[in-house]
Amino acid sequence: MGGGITLNHFLVLSLIVLSLGLFTVLTRRNAIGILMGVELILNSANINYLAFAFYGGGKYDGQIFAIFVIMLAAAEAVIGLAVVLAIYQNFKTIDVDATETLRG
Amino acid sequence: MDHPIPVTFIRLIILLPLIGATINFLAGAWLQKTFGKQAITLIGCGVVILAFILAARAFFEMLHQPPENRFMLDDLWKWFDVGGLNLDIAFWLDPLSMIMTLIITGVGGLIHIYSTGYMHDDDGYWRFFGWLNLFTFAMLVLVLGDNMWLMFVGWEGVGLCSFALIGFWYKVQANSTAGNKAFIVNRVGDLAFVIALYSLFAGLQAAGHPTLVTREVAHYAPLLATVPINFAGYQSAHQLVGFVTLLMFIGATGKSAQIPLYVWLPDAMAGPTPVSALIHAATMVTAGVYMVARLNFLFSMSPFTMGVIAVVGGLTALFAATIGIAQNDIKKVLAYSTVSQLGYMFAALGVGAYAAGVFHLMTHAFFKACLFLGSGSVIHAMGGEQDMRKMGGLRHKMPITFWTFVAATFALCGIFPFAGFFSKDEIIWQAFSHGHFVVWAFLLLGAGCTVFYMSRQVYMTFFGEFRGTHEQEHHLHESPPSMSYVLIVLGLLSVVGGWLKWPEFMVSFKPFEEFLDPIFSSEATRQVTEAGIHSHGMEAGFAIVTVIVVVAGWYFADLIYRQKTLDPARFSEMFGGVPYEWVYNKYYVDEFYDRAVVQPYLFATRALAWFDTNIIDGFVNLAARIIVFLSWLSGLFDHYVVDWLVNFASNVTYNVGGRLRRLQTGSINGYLYGILAAVMLILLARAVARA
Repeated sequence: MGGGITLNHFLVLSLIVLSLGLFTVLTRRNAIGILMGVELILNSANINYLAFAFYGGGKYDGQIFAIFVIMLAAAEAVIGLAVVLAIYQNFKTIDVDATETLRG
Repeated sequence: MDHPIPVTFIRLIILLPLIGATINFLAGAWLQKTFGKQAITLIGCGVVILAFILAARAFFEMLHQPPENRFMLDDLWKWFDVGGLNLDIAFWLDPLSMIMTLIITGVGGLIHIYSTGYMHDDDGYWRFFGWLNLFTFAMLVLVLGDNMWLMFVGWEGVGLCSFALIGFWYKVQANSTAGNKAFIVNRVGDLAFVIALYSLFAGLQAAGHPTLVTREVAHYAPLLATVPINFAGYQSAHQLVGFVTLLMFIGATGKSAQIPLYVWLPDAMAGPTPVSALIHAATMVTAGVYMVARLNFLFSMSPFTMGVIAVVGGLTALFAATIGIAQNDIKKVLAYSTVSQLGYMFAALGVGAYAAGVFHLMTHAFFKACLFLGSGSVIHAMGGEQDMRKMGGLRHKMPITFWTFVAATFALCGIFPFAGFFSKDEIIWQAFSHGHFVVWAFLLLGAGCTVFYMSRQVYMTFFGEFRGTHEQEHHLHESPPSMSYVLIVLGLLSVVGGWLKWPEFMVSFKPFEEFLDPIFSSEATRQVTEAGIHSHGMEAGFAIVTVIVVVAGWYFADLIYRQKTLDPARFSEMFGGVPYEWVYNKYYVDEFYDRAVVQPYLFATRALAWFDTNIIDGFVNLAARIIVFLSWLSGLFDHYVVDWLVNFASNVTYNVGGRLRRLQTGSINGYLYGILAAVMLILLARAVARA
């Protein structure tokens, strides 16, 4: 198939994006940064869906799942940003280390 | 008698005094302050006089009826219907209750008027008239009630009013004590009376006619002689009648001051004098006589009870008369005289001369009310002094009081043609003619004593020199018209009151007896009444004997107290002064009762109180201690076992929770690392599992 690019390439790409996403989520102290990392993780999953769909039999269920995930991500971003705004109003910062009031 | 005429005016006679009492009690203090005492006078006297007018109208209406139609019934409403006992609030007017109603409202009305003068300076004027009105109401209920329970309601009502009026001047301890004494002694008789009513009802129920309506009892009473019953150990109802009537008579001895329950009446003189006249001479104390006369059909069925009544009556008549001889308090003499005269009435009832008893009741109401009010007039003039030794010579200062007092004294002594001659001598003769010779002797001696103490009283009070203080002498005056006119009316009644029933050996004129005849018409009563001697010659002879005794009694008194040719000390020192001592101290009956009843009772109550505090309370306290100890044990268990377990559970939870809470760091990154580590672990575990 086209250009010798195989499923494994996509999986490696996906793994890289997932790793970048996880790294972002784990290391960022800025809440918006963490949300962006989450977007990366979701998109790595989308890459997997599309890749498996493309190489797996030409059906469209993978694409449809990807659309669902995008939609989900949009909704998640809305909620997440709303939470961030609320946190900002309460703490005057969006540094997640500062929001430790639920510590037991 | 089975078809009484339904009427509606009787309730008015009864309600009027009740209305008066209500107004006086609720608004009297205000009325007296706002409109003065005449407002109270208007209400208090007005209602009784109105009631008397109604009663008099009813009386003339009754006279127009033939004797068998002289029964009127005013049925107001159903009272209760319980266990076969079905009673109405209903009032029954027949010749007997008619006479009583006329006495109560008539003599009562006069005494009300007299009270306006006597009580004029008293702040409790409204209270006094309230109680007098209430008494009149209760007494009317007593005599007019158509069943025995209603009669008992009145019976208790007059007892209450008597108690309240004896203690009217309650600020003096002795007065309220006298009121208590009257009330408590009456309670003894009332208890017997209640038991009698229950037993009578039980007997009638066993005989198949449960009722306490007086006219129905009269109707069914003859049945009791034949019906076998089994109640309280009595095999036949006839025996039960003896039991019932005896108990009723005990009730009467309380209310009507007979031996052994007479002791309250002399003390009752602590009340204002109009009260003594109205309640303790003219009306309430005759309730027992009225009750026996009313229930004559029952009493006649029991010869034993009749005998007891005759003997107790005769004994009381003599006994009280002898005490009266040595009293120095003007009212105490009259009080013992009343006890004695009530004894005459009971003696008459006991021998079967019912009409004579009721007749004496009426004439006694006239002349004894007159005597009491006369003594009240004297006391009023003397500024509250009651000791006859400090009086004397009052006849010139108080002519009206003197002459009416003398008229009433003549009536009491039984001098022809004064009222007592027709009633009292009749009783003495009836006692003999019915074969009660001992009773006759008692009554005859009693008549002698009566004359003696009354003559003594008149001489000590109205004759001789004045023995009081100079200030009192200066203050002596005839009483105001409201009092003296009443005395004149009662004095006249004392003269003419007896002319309604003449001795048979003189004239055959006895409308009083004929008027009452329908009441005493039961078969048993007829038998009792008509037994005995019917001889005009003997009757005349015995009348002469009585007159001789009376004259002898007067002559002695005259010698001692007017001519003073005999020294009373000669008699008081006879036999070492012992008899005088006993009479003067009223035979130590009060002391005897104090030792025999009051002190043992107090001792018993103290013993019971001791038992209560030490034994019963001891048990209770012991139980309490045991409970306290058990609770203490239970508390220990609770504290050391149950609570320990609970605390242990909570401590464990607390400590575990305290450690676990460290997991909750609040750091989002930390959580994310946790999640990552968990995912890694799961993946690793799967990998290991697959390998």
